[in-house]
Amino acid sequence: MFKFIAKRLLQSVLVLFVIITVTFFMVRFAPGDPFSAERNMQEHIRERLMAHYGLDQPLHIQYFRYLGNLAQGDLGPSFVQTTRSVNQIIAATFPVSLELGAWALLIALGLGIPAGIIASVYRNTALDYVPMSAAMIGICLPTFVLGPSLALIFGVWLDWFNVSGWFEARDRVLPALTIGMVYAAVIARITRGGMLEVLSQDYIRTAQSKGVPFRRILFVHTLKGGLLPVVSYMGPALAGIISGSFVVETIFQIPGLGTEFVRSAFNRDYTLVLGTVIVYATLITTANLLVDVVQVILNPRLKFED
Amino acid sequence: MYTMDFIRGEYRSGVVWLSAFCGLLLLLTGCGGSLPNTDQGVRDQILLLGNGAEPKSLDPHIATGVTENKIISALTEGLVAHHPSDDNAVEPGVAERWEHNEDYSVWTFFLNPRARWSNGDTVTAHDFVFSFQRMLSPALAAEYGQMLFIMKNAQEFHSGTVSDFADVGAKALDDHTLQLTLVGPTPFFLSMLMHYSWFPVHPPTIEQHGGMTDRDGRWTLPGNHVGNGPFMLAEWRPNQFIKVVPNPYYWDRDVVRLNAIYYMVISDANTERRMFDSGRLHVTNTLPSNDINWFRNNRPEVLRISPYLGTYFYRFNVTRAPLNDVRVRQALSKAIDRELLVEAVVQGGQQPAFGYVPPGFNDYETPHLVEFNPEEARRLLAEAGFPNGRGFPRKTILFNTLEDHRKIAEAIAAMWREHLNIQVDMENKEWKVYLDAQTNLQYDIARAGWIGDYMDPITFLEMWTTGNGNNNTGWSNADYDRIIAEAFRSHSPETHFGKLLEAETILLTEMPITPLYWYNNIRLIDPRVRGWYNKLLDNRPWKHVYLAD
Repeated sequence: MFKFIAKRLLQSVLVLFVIITVTFFMVRFAPGDPFSAERNMQEHIRERLMAHYGLDQPLHIQYFRYLGNLAQGDLGPSFVQTTRSVNQIIAATFPVSLELGAWALLIALGLGIPAGIIASVYRNTALDYVPMSAAMIGICLPTFVLGPSLALIFGVWLDWFNVSGWFEARDRVLPALTIGMVYAAVIARITRGGMLEVLSQDYIRTAQSKGVPFRRILFVHTLKGGLLPVVSYMGPALAGIISGSFVVETIFQIPGLGTEFVRSAFNRDYTLVLGTVIVYATLITTANLLVDVVQVILNPRLKFED
Repeated sequence: MYTMDFIRGEYRSGVVWLSAFCGLLLLLTGCGGSLPNTDQGVRDQILLLGNGAEPKSLDPHIATGVTENKIISALTEGLVAHHPSDDNAVEPGVAERWEHNEDYSVWTFFLNPRARWSNGDTVTAHDFVFSFQRMLSPALAAEYGQMLFIMKNAQEFHSGTVSDFADVGAKALDDHTLQLTLVGPTPFFLSMLMHYSWFPVHPPTIEQHGGMTDRDGRWTLPGNHVGNGPFMLAEWRPNQFIKVVPNPYYWDRDVVRLNAIYYMVISDANTERRMFDSGRLHVTNTLPSNDINWFRNNRPEVLRISPYLGTYFYRFNVTRAPLNDVRVRQALSKAIDRELLVEAVVQGGQQPAFGYVPPGFNDYETPHLVEFNPEEARRLLAEAGFPNGRGFPRKTILFNTLEDHRKIAEAIAAMWREHLNIQVDMENKEWKVYLDAQTNLQYDIARAGWIGDYMDPITFLEMWTTGNGNNNTGWSNADYDRIIAEAFRSHSPETHFGKLLEAETILLTEMPITPLYWYNNIRLIDPRVRGWYNKLLDNRPWKHVYLAD
């Protein structure tokens, strides 16, 4: 297992390196630069700024310089938010996105798995149809519709929550629900499918005929196998929840990394684009690795292969 | 059917893990404290203000945007200040009075001896000299440095041909007397002087945090920041808000009634509207155009529409045929029904443009040279070789990706189809790509906008001179360049405005651009906000704003 993890870690580093390289050059090929604006700056001012940030050097020199700084943990200055370095921006915003993602994940799993289990147990009854139809709606409802609707209902009309901001504990509820609901819906459907598959297996029928209590069949024999598809979905889901929070962060004005990520691309804030990409890439590769490990632990038929 | 029974015994460990996870999350959810709502705000004189995107810098010499300007104008005060309601009037700032010589080329400012920095230091004439030197230092690369080129030898100092700042026309005659010598007569100098590029910075603070030419602005962070405005920086939470509180040393402290201003960072106009609706904002920065009519019909008392010193226009790329023919440009311009455009498409109560420079200046009125005249348009197009639009090549309207711009482009394309029988395409591009295309003249017709920097029409007209970085049309006219240069050097306001009128007449006859409408500021404002007047440049002396039931 350790060999497996070590090997995967090594692969991740390689993947990360490729991502950094591709991103570095791709953002440079996009038209415009961090300093282009509706009001054009004079040429000599632009030249000074370019020189100040080392953007006047040949691209490959800038690239190696960037890698050198990166090796020392320095992600560089932000070209747009001049008072803060990329390290500072990420240090301030990443925990926020992570927390938002964790709440959303909790909602996704907390609603999705029980709903899926109930639906599979009471297959083809109202307890199956109602949650599954709701889940279908949840999957179809984009966050930019759900978020403002929740804000309008619970923020403006009922006044239970603030419509935006990230100050009080209750400010977490609406944004986490907005992100979490969509994933809860997907997880509910996947759980139901996984459970049904296992429930129809011979060994379950054997256990039943032997008179094992249903509670035990469900939670000991079925759940472990039935949740396997959910676990494999967790990799992409985690990535989506954490990196896809941009829309929700904008709707609820949350000072998270998602906003910085998208805005940096629009601003051509090269260093911040790279910094955020590195964080996301690291996070996603780590999440995938974790999912692989958990899958093997849950499913004895899989092995850590070299 | 199976029967369900819930978690017991062996499943308890899962419950424990889940609780631990939640506990950890709750720990992460530190209590940031809550912000006041509008009612509390009124009670405690705390103004909650929507202020758009996260400000990029609070350094008056580095900042360039409207968002930043609103905060900087609370934290810093220039020699002269904005009047609370009259756009053309000048109020004393750090200078309590001033005088100029006969031809407006040498100005002397007498500083208020009670003017103080927020740490208690006296604001002196030397501080201004230091600030101007900083602004003009090539190493600082200040974008608005050219605003100061109006001072003698300033441009030379900036470009390096003059190395001693003592040769530049900024002298501290004593601690409280500042003399500025300009390159020539400048009757409109005071209106320029209100721009934040002329604002002072506190020299010891600058020296302590990186020195005169440091661009990183660590001195602007809370705890470091020292300013001389009516307010001082209390808190800066990136992507959340900036909070300012009264500066106890401010010379006019008695006038300041607000106890705090929260400049809320809100990047989405719909979010901002919801915050206003739920009592979290006194004033919004903007209003989604779709919501204007709703507020007009349902809550007119909170809707505030006021003229803004800006023009929405289309650029013609005069290096591309047939747009290189002035008759074609005139024809296209005369085939646009601007009244209809504003009424049916833009819908924000804007004024259709009949000239280029927006209305609102005391001594200047734009010539009435832009009109809707489809017959004349058809005649001109025929004269240019395209009778009834025949043979007119397919051209494209470029705009940056935004629904409002698309609607306008579609309406104009329809007008050209109807009145000139020509087809145009539309192309939207992401902001920076769109800017790049304009700068490199890779477009046919492009949507554009311009907001004035200060209260003089020259802020709109200078950009069309040959080679100006904001021209971006390929248009060049020697007479125009000469007249603008003369307008800069006029000995009296009368000749100054006379020259500008001459220049604008050339511009609108040659028509490298066609104006569409003049901007409005459209926002929601709580009726309990007092001392908030409609301002053409939206420059607000915050010390006069307060809240009352």
